[in-house]
Order: sequence, then structure tokens, then C-alpha cells
Amino acid sequence: MDTFIQQLINGLVLGSVYALVALGYTMVYGIINLINFAHGEVLMVGAMTSWTVATVLADSGLPGWLLMLISLVAAIVVCAVLNFVIEKIAYRPLRNAPRLAPLITAMGVSLLLQTLALIIWKPNPKPYPILLPVEPFHIGGAVINTTQILILVVTALTLAGLMFLINRTNLGRAMRATAENPRVAELMGVKPDVIISATFVIGAALAALAGVMYAANYGSVQHSMGFLPGLKAFTAAVFGGIGNLAGAMLGGVLLGLIEALGAGYIGVLTGGVLGSQYQDIFAFIVLIAVLTLRPQGLLGERVADRA
Amino acid sequence: MHEDIRVKNSPPSRAKLGVFLLAAIGLLILPLIAQQFGNAWVRIIDTALLYVLLALGLNIVVGYAGLLDLGYVAFYAVGAYLFALVASPQLTDNFPAIAAMFPDGLHAPIWVVLPVGAALAGVVGLLLGAPTLKLRGDYLAIVTLGFGEIIRVFLTNLEQPYNITNGPRGIGQIDSLSLFGWDMAKKWDLFGLSIPSVTNYYYLFLALVVLGVVICYRLERSRIGRAWMAIREDEVAAKAMGINTRNLKLLAFGMGATFGGVAGVLFASFQGFVSPESFSLHESVLIVAMVVLGGLGHIPGVVIGALLLAALPEVLRYVAGPLQAMTGGRLDASILRQLLIALAMIGIMLARPRGLWPAPEHGRSAPSQAPRSP
Repeated sequence: MDTFIQQLINGLVLGSVYALVALGYTMVYGIINLINFAHGEVLMVGAMTSWTVATVLADSGLPGWLLMLISLVAAIVVCAVLNFVIEKIAYRPLRNAPRLAPLITAMGVSLLLQTLALIIWKPNPKPYPILLPVEPFHIGGAVINTTQILILVVTALTLAGLMFLINRTNLGRAMRATAENPRVAELMGVKPDVIISATFVIGAALAALAGVMYAANYGSVQHSMGFLPGLKAFTAAVFGGIGNLAGAMLGGVLLGLIEALGAGYIGVLTGGVLGSQYQDIFAFIVLIAVLTLRPQGLLGERVADRA
Repeated sequence: MHEDIRVKNSPPSRAKLGVFLLAAIGLLILPLIAQQFGNAWVRIIDTALLYVLLALGLNIVVGYAGLLDLGYVAFYAVGAYLFALVASPQLTDNFPAIAAMFPDGLHAPIWVVLPVGAALAGVVGLLLGAPTLKLRGDYLAIVTLGFGEIIRVFLTNLEQPYNITNGPRGIGQIDSLSLFGWDMAKKWDLFGLSIPSVTNYYYLFLALVVLGVVICYRLERSRIGRAWMAIREDEVAAKAMGINTRNLKLLAFGMGATFGGVAGVLFASFQGFVSPESFSLHESVLIVAMVVLGGLGHIPGVVIGALLLAALPEVLRYVAGPLQAMTGGRLDASILRQLLIALAMIGIMLARPRGLWPAPEHGRSAPSQAPRSP
């Protein structure tokens, strides 16, 4: 039972990170039908930026939480600018090109960012400074630390804020309209280019937030760290029904839970033949199963239909 | 009636035949020239030829049938590990029962392994294809990607409880190929020319690439090829025309995977060593990039794309020694190669969204818009 609660907590924390990244994938897909392969790398850049800022300011005597906040803001700004530029240079000129063309540039951007990060930050993994108290709280035999609690709270608040943005504000309405039909939206006075840029900027901010949380939780950063969370988050987005915001959140959390519980119990279930090193394939096995039974994902279609 | 169709493919003119012969001679003597500058250059060409084979196979799936496969490298891995297992000491070292059966060690001949590898990869392709038939574009992409990762995770971890793949350390001491008693790992002297191992492999790879091109060319013009393209352009319409979309999509997966399996077998014997690292998602992405950069569904384009992405960064990295010195070693050769591939993927797509040498007759070589459900 203790294992169960512990894995539940781990799964929720992991799932929160996936959900934040998955939202970025799903919003971009909902509007321009593009799998933004570079999204995981944006997360990595966010984590690296925050690491740099936190390390540089480490001796300034500022309290840990303030340091974390400063580094988070820096990461969000850097990522937002980065994603804005990526969209402008690599995706916008290809808006009317064959569908695979922007996908290839997205993969190119992903490889480019990873390589540049490798050149700038060197390949060795770097320990992320401990900014928040690490004393764990005990919940019925399981433990949770401040960082993890913070991750859950911040994710919940961010998701609520995003829902408000999409459903209640003018920008959100314009985004939904553009997702529904860019041409008609333009006739109604929406500027699709501005809306698409805004979508990329919001997605980047979410990815930066996820990157900082991921780094703080796992305690190390590296140029290749964006790959797996990016891949899993994409899986989560598809799992929940790509283009659908609620689906991305649900998919992310479920995926995190499946992975954590799967990794916790696979050894017991298979009598020790398969160990937790197979954690990474649960996501895909579940995904294949779900898509075979329900090809459109858990929550169906697009941002405009539901959100 | 058949003649009416054939009129378009009129016998090649003299000029065309001349170009063809020149190209053939050029390809035949290319390694002999390249080896004067060192075997490393021939090695680069060999690797590029393997990528051409892979790109041709993926082109069947992505280019003809329009199914975006991001896990193609899995089939390559299947072929490579098959040969690694049956032609190296890995199994006899770890399983006494097998060692007892083959007292001289396990050395399966290439004639057996090549078709078996092709068939096995084909079957794996069908297995992957079967549950994904209902999925549309992007869902298919992620499922195939996940499949590729699953295979890689298994290759990395199948050393417990039984050591089958030797985990991340990979399998070494794989036999080299020998054809008709012609051991490809040895140096041969023919008419005063010394032919090193890499050049032997060059001729084998070249022969298989030519065979692959012929197969693809014939497929493209066959009933099957036209059906694939119909599915690519509009699946519902294709179905309405009486095309069995399910079987044909499965066939595309199977055919494409076969190419991957053959390339994998060749790769294992050429390198003499395989490890899961060679079969990462990056490889799949690279192969997709080759197909799309060259020109989706157009054989010459695909070949050019593969050669360009496989060989050019390697060539440049020999030229770029000074750059490395300038940046204090931060830009080493492999980083530079990655950087160049990334820039090529972005730059070429921006300049030529339909690829370097796109198919001429089809205005739209890929579905321009994903079908959006109402």
C-alpha cells in the first residue's frame, strides 16, 4: 500500500510535467496542424537557462525561492522569444507547403537546438542547485517534498489560468476561432499570424515552467534532457486526443500515473523477469492499445469543439 | 492494349543510354579513385549507400503510400541484430546448449540470413501495420515512433535474465560477409589493383542499391504502386474505387520493412559490431529527412537526399579541421556533423518545400492538409 501511494505521488508529479508540455503540443497542433518536434528542446532550453541563472546568482545571498522565481522568469522569457523566432523562421514560410515540410524543419530545429545547447553548455550533466527545502513530508508511509508539492500546486493553478485564458478572454476566443477556421477568423477581424505567434509564446512559457520543475525535481540538467519528456508529452497529447486541451491534461496525468505504477509493479507482476528499466515502454504500449480501440484519442477532437 | 501504355515508356534514346553507361562506369570506378585518398572515404560512400537502401524502403511507406513512419529504424535493428546473433559468438558464449549444437561456433551464411532477415523484418512490419491501420497521419507517426522506441528499449535490456542482446554494450565479433568464397574482409589483388575490404563492400552495396532501385521503379509503375498513390492522395476515394486499402497499406509496411531488414544485415556485417545506440530515434528522423528532402515518392530525389544527408556532413567534417581548432575543440567532428544535418534540414525545406528533386507528374506529392474531421 505504501508503494502504491508513493507511486501515485510520483506519477502525479511526473504527469503534471507531461501535462504542461503536452498543452504546448496540442495548442500548436490545434491551430496549424503541426507536430512541433522542437517543443521538448524548448523545455530543455528553459531548464538550462534557469540552471545558468541560478548558478550565477548562487553566491548573491538571495533566498532559494526568490532565486528559483528569478530563474523561472528568465527561462520563460528566453523560451518565449526562442519559440517566437522559431515559428517565424522555420514554420511560417511553410504554412502552405506540403504537410511534411514543416515537420522536417521542426525536426531540424530540434536537432539544431540540441546541438547548440551541447556547444554552449558542454555535454556533461550538471547538478541543479537545491533551492527549496528538501525535508520530506510523510503521508501514510509515503514521502513528498516541497518541490513536488509546489509542482502539483503550480500545475493546477497554471491549468486553471490557461482554461480561463482560452474560454473567457478575447485572445482565447480568437485562438479558438483560428483553430476552427483561419480564413473565416481573418474575415472576422482576427489576425491569424498574431494568434499563431501568441500560441507559440504561451506554449513556450508552459514548456519553460515544465523544464524548471523537471530540473528541480530530478536535480540535474543536460543538453539531451528534453527528448524523453518531449516524446512522452507528445504521446500524452495524442493519448488524450491531440488538439484538445482537456485531453492533453488528462493524457499527461494518466501517462504519468501509468508509468509510475507500471514501473513500481512490473517486477512483482512478472516475477522479476522484467524490471523498472522497462518504464519507458509502458507509455507506448498503453498508447498503442488505446489508439487501436479509440483512434481519435480519449477525448476526441479539437480545441475548438470542447474548450 | 498493353502497347498503348508502353508508348510513353519508349525505348531509351541514344543520349540517354550514353548517360546511363557513363554513370555506370563512373559508379564502378568511383571506389578505386576514392581509395587512393584513403579507405575512410570509401567507408563514407559505403555508409551512404546503406542509407540509400533505407531511404528507398522508407520511401515506399511514406512516399508512395503516404504513411508517416517514424519508427523505421526498428526494422533496420531487426535485420542487424538477426545477423549479429547468428554470426557471432554471442549466443554460443551465453547458452551452452547452443554451443553444444554448433561446436565450431555459429556462422550462418549470408545466403540464409539475408532472405531470413528480409522476411523477418517484413513480418515485423506487418505486425506493426496491423493495429495501426485505422490511424490517420499524426497518430500513426507517434505509434510507429513508440514502436521504434520499444524495440530499442528491449535491445538495451534483454541481457537479463538471459543475455540475448548483451545490453547497451552491444554485440561484437560479427562475421564478415563472404560471397562464393570471396571473403569481403580481406584485401584482394586483382590485375595489379589492390582492393581493400571497404571496396568489396562497396560493390555488394551498390549491387543491392541498384536492385532496390529497380524494384522500386517497377513497383511505382505497377498496379500496386498506383493503388498506393491513390491511397496517399485520398484514402476514401481509393476505397470507393475498389482498392483494398487494408491489404495494400499492410503490403507497404511489409515491403518497406524488408528493405530495412536487408540494410540491417549488411550494416551488421559491415561494422562487425551492433549496439542499441545505432538505432535511436535520431536515425529514424534522419531517414525520414532524407526521403522528404530529396523528394517524396520520387526515386532519384530520394537517392540524392540520402547521399546528401549521409555523405556531405562526413565530407565536410574532414574539411572542417581548422574550424575545430578555431573554436578550441568545442566544435568537434560529430557535433559539426549534427549541426550541418540540422541546418540542411531547415535550409533545404525552406528553399524547396517539395524537396530537392520532387516527382514531376503529381502536383501534390503528399496530402497537403491532414483531413480534419468535422
